[in-house]
Amino acid sequence: MLTIAGKTFSSRLFTGTGKFSSANVMRQALLASESEMVTVALRRIDLNDPEDDIMQVLDRTKFFFLPNTAGARNANEAVRLAKLSRASGGGNWVKLEVTPDPRTLLPDPVDTLLAAEELVKDGFIVLPYINADPILALRLQDVGTAAVMPLAAPIGTNRGLITRYQIEIIITQAQVPVVVDAGLGAPSHAALAMEMGADAVLVNTAIAVAGDPVQMANAFRLGVIAGREAFLAGLGVANDEAQASSPQTGLDFIR
Amino acid sequence: MKIIVNGEEKEAKQEASVAEFVSTLGFDPETVVVELDGQILNRTEYAERHLKEGCELELIRFIGGG
Repeated sequence: MLTIAGKTFSSRLFTGTGKFSSANVMRQALLASESEMVTVALRRIDLNDPEDDIMQVLDRTKFFFLPNTAGARNANEAVRLAKLSRASGGGNWVKLEVTPDPRTLLPDPVDTLLAAEELVKDGFIVLPYINADPILALRLQDVGTAAVMPLAAPIGTNRGLITRYQIEIIITQAQVPVVVDAGLGAPSHAALAMEMGADAVLVNTAIAVAGDPVQMANAFRLGVIAGREAFLAGLGVANDEAQASSPQTGLDFIR
Repeated sequence: MKIIVNGEEKEAKQEASVAEFVSTLGFDPETVVVELDGQILNRTEYAERHLKEGCELELIRFIGGG
C-alpha cells in the first residue's frame, strides 16, 4: 500500500481528468484504471453551460480528488487557486503547479518552493510538480511537502522518461513518496518508472487521447502493477557480456 | 439590480443570497466556488451572504485537468 500524508492508496496509478472526449469516456477510463486519486483543475464557470460539471460525473466516494493549480504562472496565483479549492470543499490536498511558460509548461522551481512553503504553513497537503531536480526535491521535502512529483518529460509530450537518471537520484534520496508525473506516453514508460522504484505515477494525456482511452487505462493499470512487482522482486544486474542461461558444461557428448 | 458575474453584467433579485442567485443561473451551489468582491466565501456562507447592487461575483468550479 502507498501512503501519502497518512492516507493509503491501493493503486499506484493516479489519473488526470483532462482532455477526454466526453465525460462518459472519462468515467469509464477512470474506472478501468482502478485509480483512487484523480486530479482536477479549477476554472471560471462558463455561465452558458451549467451541464459541464465534473462533480456530477465522478463519485467522490470512489475517487479522491487532488485539485491542481494548473494555469498558475507564479506563487501568488498558485496559492490563490489552492485556497479557492479548499474553500470549495476540495479538501486541503493540492497538486502544486507553477508554469510560467505556456510553450514548455516547465515548472518554476523558485516560485514552486515559495508557494509550497506558504501552503504547508497554511495546513495544506502539498504535492509539488517539479522538474526532475534532485536538489529541489530535497528542498521541498525539507519544507514539508507530502510527496514530490518530478516530470518524466514535458506535459502532454508522451516522450517517456527522458529525465530517467535524475529521477533515479530523486528516488534514492527521497524520504517522501516520489510520483513520476507528466510525459509518460506508454504503459512501458510507467512500468519503467515503477521498476526504478517510483512510488506512483500520474498519467493523463496518454490515456485521454488514446484510440481507446478505456483500454489504454487498463493497459497503464497493468504496466504500473508489472513495474511495481518487478521492483519488489529485484531486477537482475545488467551485464555487458553474455551470461549463458543454459549450463556450459556436460557437452562432452557432442564434442 | 445589476451585478457583475464572471465579468458579465447580470440581473439579480434584490437581496438575493449567493445560494439563490447561483441556483437561478442553473448551477448547483454545492459544486461552485464563490468569490464575492474578491473575498473567498466558505460554502456555509452561501445562504447567509446577500448580493448588493454592483457587487462582483466570481464563480469557479472543478473541471477536468491533469
